[in-house]
Amino acid sequence: MRYAYYPGCSLHSTAKEYDLSAKEVARSLGIELMEIPDWICCGATPAHITMNLLSIALPVKNLLKAKSMGSYEVVACCAACFNRLKVANAFMETRDEDRRKVEDIVGEPYRGEVKVRHFLDVLANQFGLKNLKEKVARQLTGLKVACYYGCLLTRPKDITGFDDLEEPHLMDDMMKAIGVEPVNWPYKTECCGASFSLSRTDIVLRLSRDILQMASDEGAQAIVVACPLCQSNLDLRQGMVNKKYNTNFNIPILYFTQVLGLALGIEAKKLGFEKHIVSPLSLLKECSRRLNVGYIPTKREP
Amino acid sequence: MKIGVFVCHCGTNISATVDVEEAAAAIGKLQNVKLSVTYRYMCSAPGQELIKKAVREESLDRIVIASCSPALHEKTFRKCAEEAGINPYLIEIANIREHCSWVHKEKKEATRKAIELVKIAVAKVARNKPLKKTYVPIEKKVLIIGGGISGVQSAIDISFAKYPAVIVEREPSIGGKMAQFDKTFPTLDCAACILTPKMVTVSQNKYVTIHTYSEIESVTGHVGDFTVKIRKKARSVDLDKCTGCGACFAKCPVKVDSEFDMRLGKRKAIYVPFPQAVPNVPVIDREHCLWFQKQTCGACKKICPFGAINYEMPDEIIEEKFGAIIVATGFTQFDHSVYGEYGYGKYKDVITGLHFERMANSSGPTGGRIIRPSDGKEAQDVVFIQCVGSRDEQKGVPYCSRVCCMYTAKHALLLKEHNKDAQAYVFYIDIRAAGKNYEEFVKKVQDEYGAIYLRGRVSRIFEKKGKLIVRGADTLSGSQIEIKADLVVLATGLIAQGDAVELAQMLHIPYDQNKLFTEAHPKLAPAETITSGIFLTGACQSPKDIPDTVATASAASVKALGLLIQGELEREPLIAKVNTDLCSGCKACVIACPFRAIEMKEIEDKKLKRKRNAAQVIEGVCTGCGNCTAVCRMAAIDLEGFSDKQIMGEIEAL
Amino acid sequence: MTDFEPKIVAFLCNWCSYAGADLAGTSRMEYPSNVTIIRVPCSGRMNPIFVLKCLMNGSDGVLISGCHTGDCHYSEGNFYARRRFAVLKSFLGYLGIDPRRFQMSWVSASEGDKWAKLIHELVAEIKEAGPNKMGKE
Repeated sequence: MRYAYYPGCSLHSTAKEYDLSAKEVARSLGIELMEIPDWICCGATPAHITMNLLSIALPVKNLLKAKSMGSYEVVACCAACFNRLKVANAFMETRDEDRRKVEDIVGEPYRGEVKVRHFLDVLANQFGLKNLKEKVARQLTGLKVACYYGCLLTRPKDITGFDDLEEPHLMDDMMKAIGVEPVNWPYKTECCGASFSLSRTDIVLRLSRDILQMASDEGAQAIVVACPLCQSNLDLRQGMVNKKYNTNFNIPILYFTQVLGLALGIEAKKLGFEKHIVSPLSLLKECSRRLNVGYIPTKREP
Repeated sequence: MKIGVFVCHCGTNISATVDVEEAAAAIGKLQNVKLSVTYRYMCSAPGQELIKKAVREESLDRIVIASCSPALHEKTFRKCAEEAGINPYLIEIANIREHCSWVHKEKKEATRKAIELVKIAVAKVARNKPLKKTYVPIEKKVLIIGGGISGVQSAIDISFAKYPAVIVEREPSIGGKMAQFDKTFPTLDCAACILTPKMVTVSQNKYVTIHTYSEIESVTGHVGDFTVKIRKKARSVDLDKCTGCGACFAKCPVKVDSEFDMRLGKRKAIYVPFPQAVPNVPVIDREHCLWFQKQTCGACKKICPFGAINYEMPDEIIEEKFGAIIVATGFTQFDHSVYGEYGYGKYKDVITGLHFERMANSSGPTGGRIIRPSDGKEAQDVVFIQCVGSRDEQKGVPYCSRVCCMYTAKHALLLKEHNKDAQAYVFYIDIRAAGKNYEEFVKKVQDEYGAIYLRGRVSRIFEKKGKLIVRGADTLSGSQIEIKADLVVLATGLIAQGDAVELAQMLHIPYDQNKLFTEAHPKLAPAETITSGIFLTGACQSPKDIPDTVATASAASVKALGLLIQGELEREPLIAKVNTDLCSGCKACVIACPFRAIEMKEIEDKKLKRKRNAAQVIEGVCTGCGNCTAVCRMAAIDLEGFSDKQIMGEIEAL
Repeated sequence: MTDFEPKIVAFLCNWCSYAGADLAGTSRMEYPSNVTIIRVPCSGRMNPIFVLKCLMNGSDGVLISGCHTGDCHYSEGNFYARRRFAVLKSFLGYLGIDPRRFQMSWVSASEGDKWAKLIHELVAEIKEAGPNKMGKE
């Protein structure tokens, strides 16, 4: 299984641990992720709220670069990059008049022929949950997590075409397959405040607090995400939430690739846990103590 | 030939965009056109007088009216021509309103096109032949498809005029949806109390025959002479022997979710859907009955004192003739499981309006207690959500279902009457309370029964700690609200029955994009269809409340009776005719005719001096579609009113 | 070429398409005036000769419109029409006629908006096909 890999800006910076863990998981499963050479920003939120054509041209440029690599599907880990690449494809497939304008900007014809998948989709559907289960090398039983999908992974339904719109379950299914218990909670697709993180941090704090509270009420020890912005709002801002609302949340926000990596037996230190603000180390220590298997980053793995 | 052309201004509907004077002048120059004038309202009495006067004074023998669509006034002008002394089929109408003045804005172009349309009509009418109407006898019996309140009311009205009516109802009992209601708005009459006397009236009326647990198999024929096959499904209980004693279902060991009680309660495999059912004879649900599934039990047969149980009873197909058909098939509820935000139909405590009716009903599955289906506790905080499925172009139907605002208000009232400490919250988009005493009713519910009305939509319902959290918007205060509810009642929209399209195709009646049957004219003929002899009543045409349903039922009955009373039915003579001299007897037309209205007859060929077979049209059956004319290789069969010559004439005039 | 306004004839079945065009009128939907409507009781009434006569007389386009599948007022007429005219369309090239000049559509009595949209598209397509040279010598 070979894919053209589009990391996007976040995975090379603030969400480095997502990139690291995704690559480790792929390596472990024999999936080849070939990073698209000279890729550029997908535009994310700033592009589509300022200029529609730009917001399509940027992803299309990346998809054309992927096309030059051969006939591979593009895999993205960041939910926003995934969503924008998919939106660009849908636009170029259907909007005959406007397509020409975008083709003028990028300098090449394009009709949406490069297919885009999210890494979660690749692992759960293409690699297969049953196959994942067989590759589990480390038992994580006892770990209870809340799978948080956020906004962009499953919406709009016609664009993402991926999992159920109101009650998504792919991440939950994956967790179950590798032996982690996903809690049944109603805030799977609640908004965290997204890119208001800088401009209206008060909104982000309020919404993130609700998410953290609900996860905690339902007994989750950690929240598992598939989006760098979800991760950053819930993790980076957790301290501020505690301060503002007098709560004492201590809920690590993990990428599903990190949890999957642990289950596959990859060394914890390779999965970027030290990059988290709310440290998952004590949780992992507790889990490892319970199960008598050491996977604290400082120890050497057997 | 002296053709008179009359161009209508139609007030300014036509004259605003078509220069009618110029058009009349241009047409006046055509060959055979003796007179070409305009008038403001051709269809009016003075307009028609103008035509009659012109016919007299100018000795006109054919007429062209340039006006609105023939769908509106073709009959009017035929009658006018007849009164003027011209054969009513020597007129043609040029549609220069719906097809011209109303759809083109540029005056020069609109006028040019209008002139062309009139030219074509002149060319056609020059080739028209005088025709005479035919008369066929009318079967004096009305078929009513559906035994809900609309069907029952139609039957009452038809039988009052001492004409026979036959009700064919799909369920084991008549009564329809109204039988499931508790109380009706705005009077709070008990639905069963006002419905059952009508049900009993029809069942005892000697003019009314009721076939329950029956469906329509096929319909052929035409107005005055419909042949209908009715499938009487096997009840497994003999209608004549059963006395309704109830011993059988008391003994039956099988319990099944009751459809009548919206699966909130149980019924037996042999059952009567509700106590006031008409006929009060049980039916065996063969899919759950142990005898039919496993060849065991047989308790009902053993215990029946009258030997009324008959496991071998087959479906019976009967064939009857009718002069008119009234379609009263009603509605079904919108399936709210498409709304993921309301739980995809998975939460037990998210129910529909009909569920609430069954709960509120004292002879219902909960004995009149309004409870949470999940744990049976009394519901205190109840959220009502209006417009579920209605007014939703994306996932539902685009129209308003008309009755939901009212029945939700009624539910809020009933809730408070049943649970005095309860609190009702109603999420609405608008409140539509347009009927008599409706607005006053809603106001009363808000003022006296403390229902809190919130203008906004619900974005999510989820379960937390045994309660349903309803999150919605209150746009009047500009805030987001969350309500911890015990029960959520969705006012699901009224939609067409699942097999509405099949029935429409069987009857050859049109239906719209929402599968509601189309009326002949939305304003002026709401109780008829464009198909002669078939009438509409109730929710199958459009969602409506009980007063309107009863009104349309009576309207449809009057229309049907109007046909029956005449004894003989006038049939348009625009049918096919065979020129036997040209017919080669190839039978292509016989095969092509959708109505089997052409048969082969032996004729004497004068030239060849022997007998041979030629086609002949059966006048009473031919509907004038012209399919035969299109397939005839010899041009031997032609269609009056749309003959080859007439159509060619129109083409040449282009 | 830019001033070319095609002359198009449309044969509409009385029960569906004609009523649909009426509805477009009642709803005051604007559409190009290039199409002249001739009423027939059923699309099944239509003889291929009529279509050919129109084209040979110089009409730039011909349209036949009937009821949707299953909804024919006369049960099956539209099925016969569909088949018959599919055959005619396949012969048009052989006769030296641009097949774009003959089209079929299925418009119901409630589809006034579809009728108006159809006319816009039809006129645009016939404009592209250019003027019909037949019958103009």
